[in-house]
Amino acid sequence: MSTRDHLGRPVVAVTGIGLVTPLGLGVAESWAGLLAGRSGIRRITRFPTEHLKTTIAGQVDLPEDAAGEPLLSPARVERMAAMAAEEAIAGAGIGEAGRFPGPLCLGMPPVEVEWPHRLALARQVEGAPIRYPALIEAATGRTALFEGCLFGGVGERLADRFGTRGAPVAITTACATGASAIQLGVEAIRRGEAEAALCIGAEGSVQPESLIRFSLLSALSTRNEDPAKASRPFEKTREGFVMSEGAAALVLESLESARARGATVLGLVLGCGERADSFHRTRSNPDGGAIIGAMRAAIADAGLEPEGIDYVNAHGTGTPENDKMETLGMRAVFGEACPPISSNKSMIGHTLSAAGAIEAVFSLLTIRDGRLPPTINHETPDPAIPLDVVPNAAREATVRRVLSNSFGFGGQNVCLVLGAAP
Amino acid sequence: MTESIWITGIGLASSLGEGPEVHRAALAGGRPVVDDVSFAPYPVHPMPALDLDRQIPKRGDQRQMEPWQRLGTHAAGLALDHAGARALVADMHLVVAAGGGERDTALDEAICAELAALPPAEAGPCLNERLASGLRPTLFLAQLSNLLAGNISIVHGVTGSSRTLMGEEEAGADAVRIAAARLAEGRSGIALVGGAYAAGRWDMLLLYAASGQLWRGPWTPVAARQAAGGGLVTGTAAAFLVLETESHARARGAAAIARLGPVRTGAARRRGTDTAEASAAALAAGLPLRPGYAVMSGATGITAPTAAEAAFLAGLRAAGPEQGPVRHTADLIGHAIEAAFPANLALAALAVQAGAAPQVLVTGFGAWRGEALALVEPA
Repeated sequence: MSTRDHLGRPVVAVTGIGLVTPLGLGVAESWAGLLAGRSGIRRITRFPTEHLKTTIAGQVDLPEDAAGEPLLSPARVERMAAMAAEEAIAGAGIGEAGRFPGPLCLGMPPVEVEWPHRLALARQVEGAPIRYPALIEAATGRTALFEGCLFGGVGERLADRFGTRGAPVAITTACATGASAIQLGVEAIRRGEAEAALCIGAEGSVQPESLIRFSLLSALSTRNEDPAKASRPFEKTREGFVMSEGAAALVLESLESARARGATVLGLVLGCGERADSFHRTRSNPDGGAIIGAMRAAIADAGLEPEGIDYVNAHGTGTPENDKMETLGMRAVFGEACPPISSNKSMIGHTLSAAGAIEAVFSLLTIRDGRLPPTINHETPDPAIPLDVVPNAAREATVRRVLSNSFGFGGQNVCLVLGAAP
Repeated sequence: MTESIWITGIGLASSLGEGPEVHRAALAGGRPVVDDVSFAPYPVHPMPALDLDRQIPKRGDQRQMEPWQRLGTHAAGLALDHAGARALVADMHLVVAAGGGERDTALDEAICAELAALPPAEAGPCLNERLASGLRPTLFLAQLSNLLAGNISIVHGVTGSSRTLMGEEEAGADAVRIAAARLAEGRSGIALVGGAYAAGRWDMLLLYAASGQLWRGPWTPVAARQAAGGGLVTGTAAAFLVLETESHARARGAAAIARLGPVRTGAARRRGTDTAEASAAALAAGLPLRPGYAVMSGATGITAPTAAEAAFLAGLRAAGPEQGPVRHTADLIGHAIEAAFPANLALAALAVQAGAAPQVLVTGFGAWRGEALALVEPA
């Protein structure tokens, strides 16, 4: 295979992958759990759940949590991102230790000062009303709080740790964030700005306020009594997504550079497509235009026709709206002959800012092993969803190319096409 | 393929007001607008009066946004109008640099006051109850970082693509760098890029106060602050630029306000020899500076990065060519974090268009991290 693509750009290879999911720490454990159809959703134990409508989530148990003071979101994001990156870089065998030869493209959620911080400050206020001016007095000079909660803090510390080049770039495109991070890396390599890029999607927002905010938008499943059954993408009784957390890292390299150093190529990122929707803050235009546009753009960017796609890794959140719109997009792009599509979120929940990256890694593993991960909890088919969702059990299939969909609040739609190693 | 990039539209709103004229006049000799009272002891450059109905005609849209989103969406619309690019929004690419949105500070205060006295075991469940009953459902979206871009898509119809970068000052510079790079490689012809920051916010003042670097007391200019320990005065500002390849602009008969030259970003660890000054010097290597180039400085007023910038500029002076005037834009509009670099590019473009400088070097030295340089010159 040529090291240039159909538009004369460098072909982008994946030479390292790393995963942290509710199914396990590491690629092997996460992938095994996914193929086994295991659910990583369970009751929330990290914080009190009284007065919450949803009391379940996908959770990653970090060693630090055992001490009883769970890491807050920015630290969780950083910790999981670092674990995934360690695995990906070690697998790729790229660069000297602590000197990654390319930029960091980090997909992560917005972070901020959190309630444990705020309450700790409030408890220090003496002789003044507990209002913001007094909280600010208490916070003044706490540089760890400042550096910990800056948007640029997580990327800076990861860049320091892995020695990536240039300014770290952090991106958020809501639930498409992980795919956007990969797209940034692909573009840097295609433009010749870099020979390699460390792309990470990480999420650690399972905490009370975030959960309540999603609850207030009626976005979450409230099927608390049986957590493993709560995430039901494409199924008739689906009623919301399940919040989750985790991280994925991918080492991207130009195929030319990967070959030159004798690296094992795990797969290719063949195409990226994006399209914004102007219809509504949380809903897609009913015509599906932006979703369809993003899917088609990714396939075209890969130099393919829809027939070239063997399997689709769904966005598949399990909300009534998403799955209906994704079905519309599938039918519009692929017609009657839709390839099989399944949702990793049926097992790991919706890892939000990490989802696009985690699902890209699972897509590469799907190609490598010729095994389609299932959509579990498929009990009552939805007649409005005439798709092969690989119900309940993994299936063998020859897969050369996967379309991975990511759609988010704010009209964000990003799709990737992953391909087999040449 | 590397295309020349033009700035064909500017949407700028700050404490000084909105539009090119008020900002060009300020560059020629204006005074800042400062609110020393509302957030004392921290001065801020406040939100200007905006004719929001003009850019965000639906009241429902305005209600769905917090002030920072309204400000940014408004400025984005100004940029589209300025570029005469309303008809091109469907395939226009959008890159936004965003921070976090406004919190419900009254709710924060009420919960803090109630929970501070409770033992931690009781505080957790009570927090859930107060948040679940107290948070407005729409606040989440009004606060969510990528929803500034989302609102620009909804209100103005910009849908080619939508990306939101995070990371304070650096995000503003990288947004421009990435948008320009995508245009230069010929992937698209037109992009809208920028950011917005609302300074009059207790929640953000808390974060920046934690750095220990927030300026307290009466406002003074950046240079005068240095002898008194330095410090940051945040400024409300939104700046959006319509960037276009020269060929795209010419094909539709659009005029250039200025040409955008190289945009370079870096992030020194700011320890040991990995200094902000060295990082900027590396970024400046090979920059085609013209004699008499002016500097639109993004100095924050915080001592260390401000000193690093001064040393960097002194090095440039020593290496030649002749350096023109150095302008601390924070003295006019305050420091607008994510919006600072786009705003300084906008001011640079206005200065170039007015013939006030043969070329402008725009600098960014982030309060904590991030160094950025860009050149703006006549088209």
